[in-house]
Amino acid sequence: MGLVERLPEGGVITTRLDTVLNWARVSSLWYMLFGLACCAIELMATGAARYDFDRFGMMFRASPRQSDLMIVAGTVTYKMGKRIKRLYDQMAEPKYVIAMGSCATCGGPFYDSYAVVKGVDEIIPVDVYIPGCPPRPEALLQGCLKLHEKIRKESVADKKEVAEKC
Amino acid sequence: MAIRTEEVQINMGPQHPSTHGVLRMILTIDGETVVDARPDIGFLHRGIEKLAEKRTYHQFVGLTDRLDYLSAMLGNAVYAMAVEKVASIEVPARAEYIRVIMMELNRISSHLVFVGAFGLDLGATTPFLYTFREREDIMDIFEAVCGARLTYSYIRPGGVARDMSTGLDQMIRAFLKKMPQRLQEIDELLTGNQIFLIRSRGIGVISAEDAVSYALSGPGLRGSGVALDVRKDDPYSVYPDLDFNVCTEDTCDCLGRYLVRTGEIRESLKIVEQALDALPEGEFTAKVPKVLKPPAGEAYARVESSRGDLGVYLISDGSASPYRLHWRGPSFINLAAVGQMVKGLKIADTVAVLGSLDIVLGEVDR
Amino acid sequence: MLTSDRIAELVRAQYPNAVIETGESGGMPALRVKADEIVGICALIKESLEMNMDYLMSQTAVDRPEEFEVVYHLYSVSAKHYAVLKVSVDKSTPSLPSVYSVWKAADWQECEIYDMFGIVFEGHPDLRRILTDDDFEGFPLRKDYGIVSECEEKSEQE
Repeated sequence: MGLVERLPEGGVITTRLDTVLNWARVSSLWYMLFGLACCAIELMATGAARYDFDRFGMMFRASPRQSDLMIVAGTVTYKMGKRIKRLYDQMAEPKYVIAMGSCATCGGPFYDSYAVVKGVDEIIPVDVYIPGCPPRPEALLQGCLKLHEKIRKESVADKKEVAEKC
Repeated sequence: MAIRTEEVQINMGPQHPSTHGVLRMILTIDGETVVDARPDIGFLHRGIEKLAEKRTYHQFVGLTDRLDYLSAMLGNAVYAMAVEKVASIEVPARAEYIRVIMMELNRISSHLVFVGAFGLDLGATTPFLYTFREREDIMDIFEAVCGARLTYSYIRPGGVARDMSTGLDQMIRAFLKKMPQRLQEIDELLTGNQIFLIRSRGIGVISAEDAVSYALSGPGLRGSGVALDVRKDDPYSVYPDLDFNVCTEDTCDCLGRYLVRTGEIRESLKIVEQALDALPEGEFTAKVPKVLKPPAGEAYARVESSRGDLGVYLISDGSASPYRLHWRGPSFINLAAVGQMVKGLKIADTVAVLGSLDIVLGEVDR
Repeated sequence: MLTSDRIAELVRAQYPNAVIETGESGGMPALRVKADEIVGICALIKESLEMNMDYLMSQTAVDRPEEFEVVYHLYSVSAKHYAVLKVSVDKSTPSLPSVYSVWKAADWQECEIYDMFGIVFEGHPDLRRILTDDDFEGFPLRKDYGIVSECEEKSEQE
């Protein structure tokens, strides 16, 4: 409110485009409502009353088309891996991925199972890894804050270069 | 003039907000009406029964947490009981009482998640925030007793991992004291809510006869009027010494299953209080060798978990790891009946029926 | 209390040669019976007023060195007693009649056994791979199906 009150009607401020875009992205990072296993319960707990994801502008969306962030919460099996890839492809850019818990990071306690993918990074690129089995809600919150830091450092120029290369 | 309609097949899941995890439902619909429903499972199949054959008896305790992750204490307990049976280990009385306290607290926390999630499924967001607040109090107790919020590995073959710390008694009693009033809040929000009643009454009906034939268990069966509760019918641990009722409803529908669970929360509070009062002094675990090699033989252990009749069939060949371990997950068996329960209902009711069975995919797929 | 001998007696009255041996399994009365009579025996055990085993608690299989063993854990909701049935299945052509007609609970449990052990249940309405992926090869819970661990693979290569 402070800024709006100090500005005269129709006021102009100057800033960098990157700052505005990153500020907007960080402040409303909507995550996909998507839980795989035990970690999903901690994800739910993080969204509920005590830990309250909403205060970081993070809300769950049921559709990948409206989500900015995929929190891979739980064990990734080969059968599910194909679906995760498709869901990731359906998300619009810019998109981010958090691997929550040791299963999504490296297979966790199921590292020698015939059905489990040894880390979701074999399927999709991951921005932040959160250790723990399952990670506490505080750990998930910190992981999200780390992602915020990462997004704040992004620049449109980088994206343009990538786009030209493609 | 009747409108000509055509059957269409649609896909619900594996990423769907109301399938409680990675379940896929293949629905054949005619307009809004479900003609046929087939659950497609296995998206969380982690091969735990195979892993059991490569882990030692103590190592496997950690994996029992991750099957039914909403009530890990009960998973720990049934496995510990199976190992104790096959290895003839005598559990000290204090350990049995601590187990009962923890199992019942876990049942309450699991049912609280159910109430919140069932409300969400039917369009009520607020109860979810309330039940998760209550659940956090139980999480605090579990953290104090074993350091973990979800995956406890607390109940182990022979007893429990460590004794109850000082002050825990007061912590649990404080929780027991404030809970009845909190339950009333939830009742006011949900149980008396007209929209909730219309959405759940008469929906997902399964007769007692069918429920037994499908081997449903837990609130799914008791909601159909069959009073099967392993705690009463084949008592284990110290349940015979404790006074509690088996909740049943004979409406056979989603509302019945919901009411059974809310009733069970109240019964569990009673059990915890009695067990706390009767908690004897003594050892918290029997002496169990670090490398456990039970004699060749087999055992079947059974407990009443939050979801129903949870069983473990364990075969030992005398080596340090199980020869075969079969996990009879109530969620898996209960889910098999969904196809029949949703026939003729609307798509939105499918969500209600799935929610009322309270499945956990970790246990369905194993 | 129902003993295995009493169950055997009741079964033998109708199927004289079907019971191979009696014993106990983890404190429950256990019977080993012939595979080709399994559906009839199950129906008898379910419908007999004395036994009344209306609840198929668990159905699973075990990979023994010489044979597969399918194990039925039965329970009576009204009389509250147990029985365990065991059936030997040949390893070269694993197949067994389905008991779906007796208990509907056998539906998914038989699918699971088929998925994990490759035992075919004749007469099952919809036998398919239920837990593993559609293109999955092999039957994981057979003893000859090794757990592939990447760590082990790497150490073998070195």
